[in-house]
This record gives sequence, C-alpha cells and structure tokens, in this order.
Amino acid sequence: MIRWEFCCASSPAAHVFRPLKASERLTRPLKLFLQQNLINIDLLPQFLFILFSPVSAVFRDRDELRMNVNQQPHMASPYGQPQPGYQGYPQPGYGGGHVPSGYPAQYAPYNGPGSAYQQGPPQGMRGPPTSGAPPVSGAQSYSQFGQGETQNGPPPMGAPPQRPPVSQTYTPGAVNLSGPQPPFSQQFGAPPVSMQQMTNQMASMQVGSTAPSPAGPGYAPPSVSQAAMSAPYTPAAPPSFPPTSAAPSQPPPTEAVARPPPQSYYGAPPPAQQPFPNAVPPFSSTGPTQPQAPPPVSPQSFPQAPPVSQPPFSTAQVPPGPTQSYGGPLPPTQPSFSRPLLPTSQPSTFPAGPPPTSTPSQLPGVMQPQPPVSQPSPYHSGPHPTSTGFPPQVGAPPRPPFAGMQGPPMAPQGPPLASQGPPMVQANHVPPTQPGMPPGPISASMSGPPPQPGMQGYPPQQNGAFGQVRGPQPGYTGPYPGQPNYGAPPAAPAPAPPATKRLDPDSVPSPQASDMPPVQKTRHRIDPDAIPSPIQVIEDDKANKGSEPFTTGVRGQAPPLVTTKFQVKDQGNASPRYIRCTAYNMPCNSDMAKQSQVPLAAVIKPLAPLPPDETPPYLVDHGESGPIRCNRCKAYMCPYMQFIEGGRRFQCGFCSCVTEVPPHYFQHLDHTGKRVDCYDRPELSMGSYEFMATVDYCKNNKIPQPPAFIFLIDVSYNAVKNGMVGIVCQELKTLLDYLPRENPDVESNIRVGFVTYNKVLHFYNVKASLAQPQMMVVSDVADMFVPLLDGFLVNVSESRVVIESLLDQIPEMFADTRETETVFGPVIQAGLEALKAADCAGKLFVFHSSLPIAEAPGKLKNREDKKLVGTDKEKSLFQPQVSFYNTLAKECVVQGCCVDLFLFPNQYVDVATLGVVPTSTGGSIYKYTYFQASSDQERFLNDLRRDVQKPMGFDAVMRVRTSTGIRATDFFGSFYMSNTTDVELAGLDCDKTVTVEFRHDDKLSEETGALMQCAVLYTSCSGQRRLRIHNMAVNCCSQLADLYRNCETDTVINFFAKYAYRSVLSSPIKNVRDSLVNQCAQILACYRKNCASPSSAGQLILPECMKLLPVYLNCVLKSDVLQPGADISLDDRAYLRQLVSTMDVSESHVFFYPRLLPLQKLDVESISVPVAVRDSEERLSRGGVYLLENGLNIFLWVGVNAQQELLQNIFGTPAFGQIDPNMTSLPALDNPFSKRLREIIESVRAQRSRYMKLMVVKQEDKLELIFKHFLVEDKSNNGGASYVDFLCHMHKEIRQLLS
Amino acid sequence: MATYQEFIQQNEDRDGVRCSWNLWPSSRLEATRLVVPVSCLYTPLKERPDLPPVQYEPVLCSRANCKAVLNPLCQVDFRAKIWACNFCFQRNSFPPSYAGISEVNQPAELMPQFSTIEYIVQRGPPTPLIFLYVVDTCLEEEDLQALKESLQMSLSLLPPNALVGLITFGRIIQVHELSCEGIAKSFVFRGTKELTPKQIQEMLGLMKPATSGQQGKPLAPHDAAASCRFLQPVEAVDMNLTDLLGELQRDPWPVPQGKRPLRSTGIALSIAIGLLEGTFPNTGARVMLFTGGPPTQGPGMVVGDELKTPIRSWHDIQKDNARHLKKATKYYEALANRAAVNGHSVDIYACALDQTGLLEIKCLSNLTGGHIVMGDSFNTSLFKQTFQRVFSKDYNGEFRMAFGGTLEVKTSRELKVSGAIGPCVSLNTKGPCVSDNEMGVGGTCQWKICSLTPATTLALYFEVVNQHNAPVPQGGRGAIQFVTQYQHSNTQRRIRVTTIARNWADAQSQIQHIESSFDQEASAVLMARLGVFKAESEEGPDVLRWLDRQLIRLFMFHLRRSPFLQVFNNSPDESSYYRHHFVRQDLTQSLIMIQPILYSYSFYGPPEPVLLDSSSILPDRILLMDTFFQLVIYHGETIAQWRKAGYQEMAEYENFKQLLQAPLDDAQEILQTRFPMPRYIDTEHGGSQARFLLSKVNPSQTHNNLYAWGQESGAPILTDDVSLQVFMDHLKKLAVSSSA
Repeated sequence: MIRWEFCCASSPAAHVFRPLKASERLTRPLKLFLQQNLINIDLLPQFLFILFSPVSAVFRDRDELRMNVNQQPHMASPYGQPQPGYQGYPQPGYGGGHVPSGYPAQYAPYNGPGSAYQQGPPQGMRGPPTSGAPPVSGAQSYSQFGQGETQNGPPPMGAPPQRPPVSQTYTPGAVNLSGPQPPFSQQFGAPPVSMQQMTNQMASMQVGSTAPSPAGPGYAPPSVSQAAMSAPYTPAAPPSFPPTSAAPSQPPPTEAVARPPPQSYYGAPPPAQQPFPNAVPPFSSTGPTQPQAPPPVSPQSFPQAPPVSQPPFSTAQVPPGPTQSYGGPLPPTQPSFSRPLLPTSQPSTFPAGPPPTSTPSQLPGVMQPQPPVSQPSPYHSGPHPTSTGFPPQVGAPPRPPFAGMQGPPMAPQGPPLASQGPPMVQANHVPPTQPGMPPGPISASMSGPPPQPGMQGYPPQQNGAFGQVRGPQPGYTGPYPGQPNYGAPPAAPAPAPPATKRLDPDSVPSPQASDMPPVQKTRHRIDPDAIPSPIQVIEDDKANKGSEPFTTGVRGQAPPLVTTKFQVKDQGNASPRYIRCTAYNMPCNSDMAKQSQVPLAAVIKPLAPLPPDETPPYLVDHGESGPIRCNRCKAYMCPYMQFIEGGRRFQCGFCSCVTEVPPHYFQHLDHTGKRVDCYDRPELSMGSYEFMATVDYCKNNKIPQPPAFIFLIDVSYNAVKNGMVGIVCQELKTLLDYLPRENPDVESNIRVGFVTYNKVLHFYNVKASLAQPQMMVVSDVADMFVPLLDGFLVNVSESRVVIESLLDQIPEMFADTRETETVFGPVIQAGLEALKAADCAGKLFVFHSSLPIAEAPGKLKNREDKKLVGTDKEKSLFQPQVSFYNTLAKECVVQGCCVDLFLFPNQYVDVATLGVVPTSTGGSIYKYTYFQASSDQERFLNDLRRDVQKPMGFDAVMRVRTSTGIRATDFFGSFYMSNTTDVELAGLDCDKTVTVEFRHDDKLSEETGALMQCAVLYTSCSGQRRLRIHNMAVNCCSQLADLYRNCETDTVINFFAKYAYRSVLSSPIKNVRDSLVNQCAQILACYRKNCASPSSAGQLILPECMKLLPVYLNCVLKSDVLQPGADISLDDRAYLRQLVSTMDVSESHVFFYPRLLPLQKLDVESISVPVAVRDSEERLSRGGVYLLENGLNIFLWVGVNAQQELLQNIFGTPAFGQIDPNMTSLPALDNPFSKRLREIIESVRAQRSRYMKLMVVKQEDKLELIFKHFLVEDKSNNGGASYVDFLCHMHKEIRQLLS
Repeated sequence: MATYQEFIQQNEDRDGVRCSWNLWPSSRLEATRLVVPVSCLYTPLKERPDLPPVQYEPVLCSRANCKAVLNPLCQVDFRAKIWACNFCFQRNSFPPSYAGISEVNQPAELMPQFSTIEYIVQRGPPTPLIFLYVVDTCLEEEDLQALKESLQMSLSLLPPNALVGLITFGRIIQVHELSCEGIAKSFVFRGTKELTPKQIQEMLGLMKPATSGQQGKPLAPHDAAASCRFLQPVEAVDMNLTDLLGELQRDPWPVPQGKRPLRSTGIALSIAIGLLEGTFPNTGARVMLFTGGPPTQGPGMVVGDELKTPIRSWHDIQKDNARHLKKATKYYEALANRAAVNGHSVDIYACALDQTGLLEIKCLSNLTGGHIVMGDSFNTSLFKQTFQRVFSKDYNGEFRMAFGGTLEVKTSRELKVSGAIGPCVSLNTKGPCVSDNEMGVGGTCQWKICSLTPATTLALYFEVVNQHNAPVPQGGRGAIQFVTQYQHSNTQRRIRVTTIARNWADAQSQIQHIESSFDQEASAVLMARLGVFKAESEEGPDVLRWLDRQLIRLFMFHLRRSPFLQVFNNSPDESSYYRHHFVRQDLTQSLIMIQPILYSYSFYGPPEPVLLDSSSILPDRILLMDTFFQLVIYHGETIAQWRKAGYQEMAEYENFKQLLQAPLDDAQEILQTRFPMPRYIDTEHGGSQARFLLSKVNPSQTHNNLYAWGQESGAPILTDDVSLQVFMDHLKKLAVSSSA
C-alpha cells in the first residue's frame, strides 16, 4: 500500500517549484508516455501529474533521498486536485477513491478482493486457513487499515499504481518499457483499474486501509497507469529485471528498498522498471515473510479465497516468490517462499545477484509468475468479480476488501506483470501490502518503473492508490462508484484506531471489514516490506557515500549517515563527527521554519574521537595576546572571516563587524581576496582547530593546576557483598597507569585520591612518604569537609606503593562490615571540597550501591510508586526529590568538578535524583542492576577502564555563536547553564554530546548561508587551557523543498528524543508523546502540502530524507521512557532518560533502532558484517542466529531450529538445549566462524562508548521477552505500536492536518 | 605542752591540715571580729608512708543526713558495742564484724594516731587509668618533633594496662583509632562546628545499636576495649601508637602570610571529653592537651587567625575589648563542668612564646584538677621534665595521682562550711553543715576533685554559727571530718578519712590564747586564696581594695605585689597560670609563691636566707631565688667577674668552684621535686635575665632613694613601686590611727 514513491516529483506542485530542473527530463518521458499510452486528453492532466510526479520523484529522490511511503506522486497528484481533478481524470477511480462512500459499495467488492490479495500475502501467512475465507483475511487487512497501520499495507498498493504510471513513463522512456508498453496499453485497458486499484490500494494501505479502494477507483481510470504498469512490468519484468538487478538490485536487496532503486531507476528509467519488479518482489516478499511458514498456504489460500483473486493471488504469490526473493533478503521469507514458489530460483537468485540480484531475480521470477499469471487477466476480471465477490467477503472483514483489493492487485500484479498491467499493479499492490518494505522499494521500484512508463503511470496510480487503495479495486470492479468509498476509506483507515479506524476504512470499503477480527487486521494488513526500511536506507547510504571521503567544504551538503563508514576531509567546516545538523538548508526566515516544523538543531560532540586516518584538530598558538577575535561578537578567527583593505582588517562573518588585524597577524591578500597564508593557518582553512588559551581565559586569571581524579567507593554491606569493592580496588591498581595524558611518553599529570564511604566517609592519606596509608574517617556528614590536603591527592607513580597497599587493604577492611546505610550527598561534597582545597578541576568516580537513607544532606526516601505511572504526576518521578543536589551540582560546576556515577543497585536507588549531579556536570551514569561479579564484572570493568582513560577536558565552557538571523536558543545534554548562552561543563569527555536548537530572530540570506561557531574553552588533562573551535556553515533556502531535501532524520530523531526526554520533567508523558507525533505530522504534512505533488489525501507521502521519520519516531515513542512496560523500573527509565540526553546521533540511532545482524549469513572469509535485518520478529528465522545490539546490550538470539553446525561453531555444542542461556561471553572455539563472530562482537563493542554485555537468548525461552522488546518494528508489550500501525496513525494525523 | 609551732607541725604531718586558728572562738560574733575566718588548708592525699590503708569499709553513722565515719573522737561503749557519733550524737551499734572489739582490741579508726585513716573498698570492677592525648599539630617542626618524642617516651611510663588514646588537631581534629592493623585509621572532625556529646559519640560509632539483633553473639556487656577503638591498653598498642606518633605530620593546611594557623582547640577538647564521657563515665581519666598556640577557629576560639589582630591583653580585657573572651570562657567552662561531672580531668601543656589562651581554657584544669604547664617550647627541658614528672611514682612505685575524688566535709553543730577553694567543683550537696555564707565554692558539703596529687591542697572556710548567748561548754571541742573517696592510681577505690578537733575558746576571756593559736603562714595562704579567688571572679582593682581592707592588719606586702593579684607586666595567660598553681599547692609552696625565698652564698659562711630585698644583692654573693615558678641563680658582680676570669678552673681556687657549685646543687634539689618544673635561670649581675630577681626583691633602693642609703647597699631597682619600708610605715600609721 505504502509506496515508496519519490514524493517530490510526483506532485504537480513540485513541478511548479522546480519547473526547469525537471522539465527536460520530464518532457521526454512524458511524450513517450503520451505516445505510447494514447492517453486521453482528458486524462492527460493526470498523466502529467503522474509523469511529473515520478520524474520529480526521481529527481527529488536523488536530491532529497525522499521516499514516500506511498507513491505520493500518484496520490498527491490525484488527491491534490484529485478529487475534483482526479475524479475528472480517473473519474471513477479517483472519485471513488476520494469518496469513500463510493467505495464501500462498489469497491467493497473490490476491496474484498483487494483485501484478499493483500491479505493474501500477509494473510497468506494466516492465509492458509484464511484461504478458506479470504474475506477474513481481507477483513484483517482492513482491520489493519482501520488501524491505519494495517492499511499501510495497502499503500504498497499505491506503489503498484505508481508503477503503472511509471511503467508508462518508462515505457516511453525505457526501452524495456517500450516492450512492455504495448502490453501495458493493453493491460491498461483492462488493468488500469486494477492498477489504480493497486495504487489506490497501495495508497489506502498507506493511508488507511480503506484509502486504497478509492485510489483504486481513481486509478481505475488510471487503469491506464495500470496498463502502463502492467506493461512495463510484463515487458520490463524479464528484461528490466536483469537491469534492475544491476542497478536496483541493490535497492531491492536492501529491503525491497524502493528508494534506492528509484533513484537508480530514475537515473535510468529502464532500471526503474526493474525497480518495479523489485518493488513487487518486495511486496511479495513481505507477503512471504509473514507467511514464511505459511507462505505457501497463503498463496493457496489466496487462490482459493477469491477464485478470481486466487489466480491473481497465485500469481501474486508467485510474485511473492519474487517478493520472497525480497524477503529473500529476509532469510525467513526466502526459504518459505522458495519452498512454495521458486525456492531454488529465489535463493539462487538471491545469492546470485547480491541483494539486488536477488530482487532482480525475484523480479524475473515475479515477472514470470506474473506473466504466467496471465491470470492477471483473470485478475482483472477476477478483480472485478473478486471485488464484487470480495466485497461481500470484505464486507465481513473490512480487510478482505483490502485484501481483496490487494489481492486483486496482487493478482493483477502478478498477472499484470505477466500478462497485463493490472496484474502488475496487483503485484505492486501486493508489495504495498508489505507496505513498509514496499513503500521504500515500491517507491524505488516505482520510481524505477516510473522513469519508465511504469513510473509515470504508477505515480498516478500510486497516488490514487495511496489515496485509496480501494480505488483501484473500485476501478476494477467498475468500481468507480466505489471510489467515493475509497476516499472515505482512506480517511477511515487513517484513523489508526484499529477498531474504529478499521471500521472506517472497512466501512468505506465494506462494513464487513470492520467486522473482521482486529487481530488479524493488526499484522498482516500492510506488508512490512512495503514501508520504508531503515536497513535499506542505511545500506544505500553505505553504497553511495561510503566509498569516497566526505569533504566538508561544500556548504549545505548533508554528510553520510552515521551508520556509514566514511572518511572526512576538513575543508572549512567541522567534520560531521563533531557537528551534525538536522537541516543543512535552513529556512531563510522564521515563517518557513514555523511552517515546516522541522527542528533546526545541531548535535555537537566537541571532543569526538577521530579515526586514525583523520587528523586531530591542529593546535594554534597566537601567542601572548591570545586568539584573534571579532571585536563585537567575540567570534574566533575562522574561515568565515573576510579580510579586507588589503588584509589590514577583517569582517566578521557572524556579526559583520570590522576588526583591525593585529600587526603580528597581518598578511597580504591574493587576487581573490584570500590571505596568502590561508592554507598555512588552520584557523583560516579548517573547520575545526584549537587555540592555546592565554591566562586571560583561566579561572581567576591563574594558570590551572593539573586536574585530579578522585575515586569514591561505597563500602557498605551491599557493595562489599556483590563484589564491587574488591573488583574496583583490584582494577584500580592497574588502571591508574592509564590515566589520560596528552603525550603517551610522559606520565599523566593527573593526581588521584581515594575515599570510601558507607554512612561515614573515609579519606585516605597516601602520601609517598608514608609506610602505610592512613585512613581518616569523617562522620560529620552533615557538614562535609576534607580532612587532609597533603597526601590526599597524589601522583600515582610517586605513591604507588602506598596506593597499592591501600587498594589491597580496602576490601579486607570492610569484608565484615554490617553497615547497610549509605550517604550520597556528602560523598560528592567531599570530592568537591577536596578539589576546592587543591584548587583544581577534576572528576569524581563514585561507585554507589543503594538509596542514601542515612541521616545526611541529600538523604532520600523511597518514593517508587508505580501507581503514578501514567498519571499527570508521573513527571515528578523524573524530577529530583530534593533540591539539594541541584545546588550541589551548581557548586560542582563552579569548581570544575565532574561526577561520574557507577550504580550497583539491588533495588530502587532513585536515579532521577542521584543523577542530577552527574548530568549537570558533564558526567556519566553507569548502572549495573543486580550486579554480580561473575557476570557483570567484565562489563563494569570495561566501562570503568574506558571511563578513566578516555580523553576529556575539564572545567569547560561552550558557547555557540551564530550568524545574524539565527540564535542558539536551547541546549540539551549533560551540563549546567547559569545564563542563556554559556554551556558550562565541569567535565567534557569525548563521548559527550550537546544538542543545540536554533531559532530565527531575523532573516537569513541565501547567499551567505547560516554560520555557527562552537567554541569550547577547557582545561586539558595536562592542565593546559585550550579553546576548541568548530565551525559550521549551512545553506539557507527560500524553498521548503530544499529544506526537506537536505535534512537528516537521524539527527532530527536525536533532537526529538532529547527534547521529549526533557519534556517529561515538566509535562505529562501523554502530552509529550502527542506533541511529538503532532510535530512530526506537521513536518510531513508541510512537505506534503508544499513540496509533494498533489495527490489524494489518502496517500502518504514522505520526503526522501525523512521517510524513516515515522519508524524512528515510533521507536522513540515506544521507548521505555515514554511508554513504560510494567516490568521497567522507574530507575531504568530515569537512567535511560539521562543517558539519551548526551547521546550523539550514532548512539541514539542504534539505541532507538537496534542493529540486528543475521549470523547465519556471516561470511567468515570477508571482513564485512552481514547486512542487518529489520527489527521485527518476522525477520527472524527459526533456523538462524542473530546478533542484536542497541549500544547498551548485545543479544545473541538463537532460533530453535538453528543448524547444528552453526551451533557447534558458536557454542561448541550441536544441541540447542545445551546452550547455556547465562553465558556472558562466547566460548573461544577454534573455528573460523567462532573467531569471526567474536571479532564482530568485539568490533561492535568497540564502536560504542559503553561495553555491552552479551546475553544469549534462546528462542521460546523466557528471556526472549526481553529480546523482543528490542524488535522495535513490532508491537511491543507496553502497548507500543508496530511500525505499520504507527505509520497508519501518522498518516491519519497528516491527513487531518491537511484537511 | 608543746608549743603551738610544734602542735601545728604535728597536725600537719599527721592530717595534712593547717588551720588559721587553732583555738576557735566560740561565737559567731567573735569569729567575725577576727577578720581571718576559721579555715584550714587540707591536703587530702598527703603522702603518709607510715599509714597503711586498712582493707575494709568504714563504719558510718546511721543517721541519714550525717553518715559520719567512725573516728577516734567518738564515744564508744565497748560493752554495748555501741558508739556515738561525735557530729550528730546519734548512737550506733557496731556492725557484726566488730563483735570482738574491746578497750584493748580497738580497730585502727578508733586510735588517736589514726585521726587520718585510709580504707580500701571494693566497688565494682577496677577500671584502668585512661590517658587521652590531645595534640596540637600546628607546631614548628622541631617543636612537634620534641613533643612526639616526649609522648612516645611517656608511653613507657604508663602502666601496661592503662588505656591510652590520641587525638590530634589543627585545622581539623583527628581521633585516632588504635586497634586497627595495617592502615592507620582516624575519625575526623572539622574544627568549626560545635557538636553535642551525642553527635560526637554517634560519629565515632560509639553508640551501640542497643537492640541490634545480631544472632549468635550476645552483646558483650559494654566491653570497654571493644566498645572503644580509640582507647586501648598501652601494652597492646604500644608499637602502633609509637609509629603513629612518629608519622604525625604537621598540620598540612597552608597558612597564608599574615595568618595564624587554624587551631581547633575548642572542638578537639569537646571531642575528647565527649569521647570519654560516652565510653568511660565516672572513671578516672586524664585528657592531656598539648598546644602550641591559641585556639583560632570554632567555638572556644580565643583570637582570630589574622596576625594583625593581637591576642587579648589585660588592657583589652579591662577595656572590654576582648571579643572572644566571654564566649570562649563560657564554652570551656561548660566543657569543664561536663568533664568534672564524669570525673575526668584535663591537663594543659601550653608551650609557646606568645599566649595560648590559657585564660580562657584554664577552667578546664582548674575545675577538674588537671595540671597546667606553661613553657616557651616543647623543645625545652622545662616541658620535657615537667611532663615526665607527671608520671613520677611514689615510694610504692605508684603514680602520684589519683582520680575521681570526692571530698565531703562534716562539721560539728557549732560550725558550718562556707566553701572551698582549690581544684574542685561543687557537687551541690546540701546538708546540715552547709553555711549560707559562701566563701569560695560554697553551698555544698561535697566537692568533686577529678584529679589529685599528694600535693593538692584545698582551702576550706568555715563559719562559726554558735550564738553568743549559747556558749559552748567549757572544754568543748569542735570537730571537722574530711571524707575523701578516690580512685587510686593502681585502680583501687579508696576512702581517706581525716577527723580533726579544736577547742572552743571564749574570745573575751581567752583572747590571748586565741591570738597565740594564730597560724600566720596558713592564714596568709588562706587569705591569699580568697584574694585570688576574688580576683578571678571580680574586677581587678576591687580585689586589691578588698585585700587592702582585709589585709591591712597583716603584712602581705609581697602578695600584693605578686603576679597572683597584679596583672601588670603579666599576660592574662601568665596570670591564669600562676593563680592556677597557687590555689592548689600546699602551704609551703604557696608561701614560696607569695614570698619568694632568697638564699645567699658567700665565702663568709654557709648559705643563709636573706631578706628579699634589693639590699641583699651584693657583688660578692651568689643568690639563689626560688619563686616557685622560677629558680634564679644570680652571681654578684665580683663573682661574675671571677667566674668569667675562670678562677674556678684553677686548682688553687677549688673553693671558688665549690662556691659556684653550691647553689647549683641546691637548685637541682628543688628542681627534682618541684612540679611543675620551675623556669631555671642562671644569670649574673647586669645580665638580662637578672630582671627576674630584680622584679621580686623589695625595692628598698630605687633610683629615687639611691643616694639616701649607704654606698654599700646592693643594687638599685628601677621602679615606682613602694618599698616594704614605705608600705610598713603606712601600715603602722593606719593601724595606729583611729579606726577609719
């Protein structure tokens, strides 16, 4: 249902926006299309739209990387004007599509079939049984639609529609098409409807389940498109596939990744066609995936269910085969499919052609099937009949209609591809069902095809489809009447709520649908493969951007994704490792910004570590007078400073103030106005560099003392008993040799001190001259002070003997302790006082075990009250329960005292309160719940080692300066602010990130762009005062399209997450969630309204750059903080909340969307890591072994049917039952697989700032519940929506905004 | 009959008692006219090698408010086995154990020669002695080193079972835990925050969770050693503590220019007292404070840490300019009372060139019977030997110290006790013999003396309450009984009972007798104590005026000039120091303090005491002056020249050498016995140290009258003080003149 159309192009508006650019490319395809398709004049507009949309989509896709879940183009164009225009055009289809009412009646039947279809694939799973009662399946799909998400499935349908158009365009454009074209035309005649339906379905899928139907209708007219589609497909299929495989192949593999293909397709129309096939496959794949086991059945069921549809289905299924191939990418799918359909071929195809190939292969397969499917014809005919027949069925289950719709589409697709357009469409539809995948793929495919005739043709269809999946159906049926219904349905579907929404959608298509059991609806409605796939996007980005170094010199250019490995060349802007922006094209004025709602933010990681092949920032010393700065705004010398008057003055790029160049800094200018020494000076040519700070930049105008590390160890009963004390002491003995230092050859200047505590504090005098350490007990915790000065902070090498003696004795001394109470506030006070006394900055490492209930400042009470969860008072649980720590934090910051907290709780410790100081001082919190030496030691020690060793700065102040027009208004992270501009960080380590939000306070100019300069003043670990400067320039745009084309979803999500996580402190969580959804909807709606080609409202159109926004946002929404499950403790939530606040983009990305690696695909010979699969249970094969990591945990999931050899290789035992689920590390076995696996685990760990403990999860074990929590595309136990469901919901929101 | 002189001497030797009058006027009116009250100096623990303690409990009068101890003055009916209390006339039967008594078989307490008798009683488990060192670490390196050595040395002097503890302080206070192996552990307190005893005990972990249900181990019944890790037997922690002392660092906190080191004496003492109070209440213990400067922070601070603000002087005090004085004094008094209640005494060893705040802190020692030693540095023999002498032992090899004493006074009906002056605090015990007229610490018949030495002497003042119209029967005797319960240094509980009696005399008919019974020396000391006591508690000039009024009939010229009453040229600390010792030394020493002794050595004869007069300072004499606090050897001008010329080295001038040696030997003898160790000065004519001598002698020759006196006379004294002659003249004039 959901199409991956390249939204941009699809809408006429888009064309308007960028008429010239698109024009050339457009013209030819258009002509071709027209010629080939013999389009009616009446229809022309539509076609134009269609054409445009695909084309534009192509462009945009490339530019923007936008993926419309739905084929926006289609949808958009139709919808945009659609109802009127469309109706006119596709009259029946569109009209129908738009008007839900129409749908119900006529379409209902269609839907029926459609649903059947859709279900087919998805239900296929269920199908088997369903087959008996396709309607049911349909119902399910409907229900899904109703839910919205399910309907997303339908959107794929849209995709098919798009294809049709595309196919059309392609046909003209693409050679393949040409071949196909004829068929298309023919097909169109008949298929059109199906196509439309397909598209509609797709759309509807995307939008709401119902939507499709309308689209169907609308499309019906688009039938042409269908034809096109079919045409392209059929023809394309065989030939195109190969090509596709080549180009698109990649995309497909990724995940039926529509986008990639689209791009490629766009690039080459012909390929586009291929995409289509691909797209189809994806769909099918989805189908398969779900069905995996059942796949075969499903097909069967399908066939059975709707006789007519059946054929299509069967075909569809056949396509599924291909889809499977897509699924192929998804291991499970493939197998299943392979079995049913062309197992061998598929696999072969897959393997043969890398992912892409697989798709192609699949495609071919599909094609073949489709052709054979000639059934399509049956479909068409079938569809109609089916539809009719379905309607009833549908009637029962709303989905059925969809299913029917889809089904039909599928069938059509199959057929279309094979025989006629419609089949194609159906195929598309089918894919659509898979929405998630399809959308991407579809769009891609769409785009792919679109370029070709298919593309163009499709777009419209898609639009239609998106608008209303049913559309197509109606169209099929004749459906136009149904169209109206479709229109309605979409809307209905939009309303995510399964029941009602489904009902709505269903109602539109067919009331019966609503009746369908919700459960069924929930899942299979939308083909997950048809919706945008994060994996696909990631892989595409790797493929496209991973090979060449990223140069920072070009303003406004978005860097590769965080998941892509790339090299950076600093050419005047800060590396993305330091700064990532949400938008690289900022709106010129606040109105635009407000309209788009796209957050303008930068995620800054000032001390980010660089890979070895990149040069660390140069250190610039301007001598005693200090760095050269602008007189007015105090910005530091940087490449944006314009030298004038022969070099005697410079004009500030930020505030335009003119400043004299000091004589010692004077240099002549060359003929271009650049200083001749420009490239000799980092501050004139680089984005990032450091200045030596002079004494003026030091606290109290005194050169700072070298910093100190103070270790404060809880020695209460719990801490001793769980082994923490012993471990820490043992580790410190060696760890102290690895204190941070600037020059590895020199000893670290950092001094260390030791404190242990329970309800009193023990300071240790470890002066080198002592024979034995001396312990000083401070029991006056009410009024903390440091009992000693000399001998507390010592140089490690000088006092080594005494320190070792101390560390040996601490565990002994407290081995028999019975003290269970602890204090906490005084502990930090103690460290703070020690640093004050020594007059230096530093860091406290606090190892703490329990809630501080001993009588002392900062004493806490247990306030864990789960009853508050979900109420308006829930926010109070995230707030500190006493203000003591806020005050203390402030004092810490003043002194430059950074606090890192290691928690070892056995019960509630109130992280929300204990974490105040660490999070205000640039510190970190580590939490080891139920710490056990045996199993958690490694994780803790690795964290500790890294935490101690990592490079960091002390007593830092960060200021972000911006060019006139914008202003840094809000900051997120772990720091303290005493005014509105200076971010004060008592400590700033290489993992800490600050997210800065910008707002307009004036207009920006497109010429100069927007500049920002982040200056961090800090004390290095050797006690040197330095300034690190990061400069960043981004473009400014007056067109929203530019904004949407140059933004980065991962960064946006990072911002959203931090924003939301902070908001929970002040607002009820429900409001926070709502506002997130709302803002996201506004962003997408704005795009839809202003950038995407007009299409039916039922179509979901996503900008290429933001097509993953819904899935990621959903992950944020269902995260433990915002949607807690019953088993998650308040501490964990508070912990995660604070953790996220300092995450950089890469961490937040993997945190919210964990990486899931299929190990059975591991190639022991290569150094590459298997391509990840999507986080859904459906992607897990019972025969596989998977590695999942989210930056905090690593899980090794073992399927019950995992091959013995695999198990033998990994665990040293062939028996599943003998695997010890408690192991925390894999046995070191002497086989390549084991070695390679352990290497991978190590390398994954190395990428993260925290050591991830390995947990082995056996399928069907109770631990699997935990694991499933990380399968974020699935519905979660907490009530978190599945991706598909959420997408539907999102669509509903968008539609509401647009209406 | 022996002379009064002999009688007095005999009484003093036997009972340690010197009375101002040895015949008591029989009525209140007459007693009042005598000016010098009926009073006595009593040395409770006077060393009596000839007095073996008896190993049983004393027999007490059964009257509830009497409880006098059976004594030789009691009437005993041997047949009825009944005795009559000589204070309340209650008739008591002897306890069963006395069944065998008869005229020929009397218990010791009935024999006249045992008017002073000591009982050893068994009360509870013996408790070891406790020594808690409170050591200031804000010292110069060499001072600290010397102190550390002294402390280490002292460990070897302590009985092995004595408990010892260590608290060090500077800017912060450390209470060292002595029981731990390996790491030296201490509890730390900041010096600026006043803590309640309960807090202190909590923070030191002394509060045992009374109900902690630790199975298996029934709570050890307040096992002293276990409950307090801070006080451990010397034998157990000897090595540990020696090391600990050895590693003692100077206070590490930097002292900025122009500042005094921050010294938290107040809190350190508060913690020491709190610690003892929580662990060993009512057990003999010494807190020994070693400080090298004034408290500069926290409660009890005497002066701020700004060097530009000098420590208070008498001038400041008179001008009411001493900011911290009242507050600090009040603080230390509160502490002293707490310590006294628990029977703990506080010693102060203050060694510094400047004042150390003794004025404020002194009450700790004054009220608890502790020592005060003042010196210039810990690195002087004055301190080292004095400190060593604290642990000196008697002929039995036992410490010359006793703890937790309680002195109870019982009087016969005609007398009531007005008060006591000495190192004691009132126990506020009302009784029939307590007078309403307070002199010294009054209003009670019991006093607590936390620490006693054999020399500790109290002045007790009585009031004759017999009315003029109810004459005492002829030959009647008034009796006083002193009951001193204390913990002997060998941890035994003992009770010493002294019962004295004096005849009543009718002042009108027997005035001569009364006059002849007057003990001038005792009276001088008793009055001086009253004066000092008043000086402590009242304004300076007023006291002098009172003294003048009271003493006009006595020649107490030297007292008037003594540092006990004169603050001129003395710092408040010095005054406190002198007064402290004055109110506790026995009569002889007190007299020395009032009127220093001056011996003259020459070729003209054996050493002879000479007048403490400037006329005694002659060129061919060597003078030895003992002021109690100083021991000055002064070589006359000629002698000095001879010595310089080295005649003593020549064989033929052996006699000169002997002459030079004689005063040294005598001085050494005094040094051996004196506590605290006097400042020893060897000087000569014209030497700067000669001022010690010149300031003491009677300025019979001054620059004013130098030429009026003969050429031969001694050295002129440059002073405006009146000389004894003038004083006496004036005195005579006043005495003769009509009653003014």
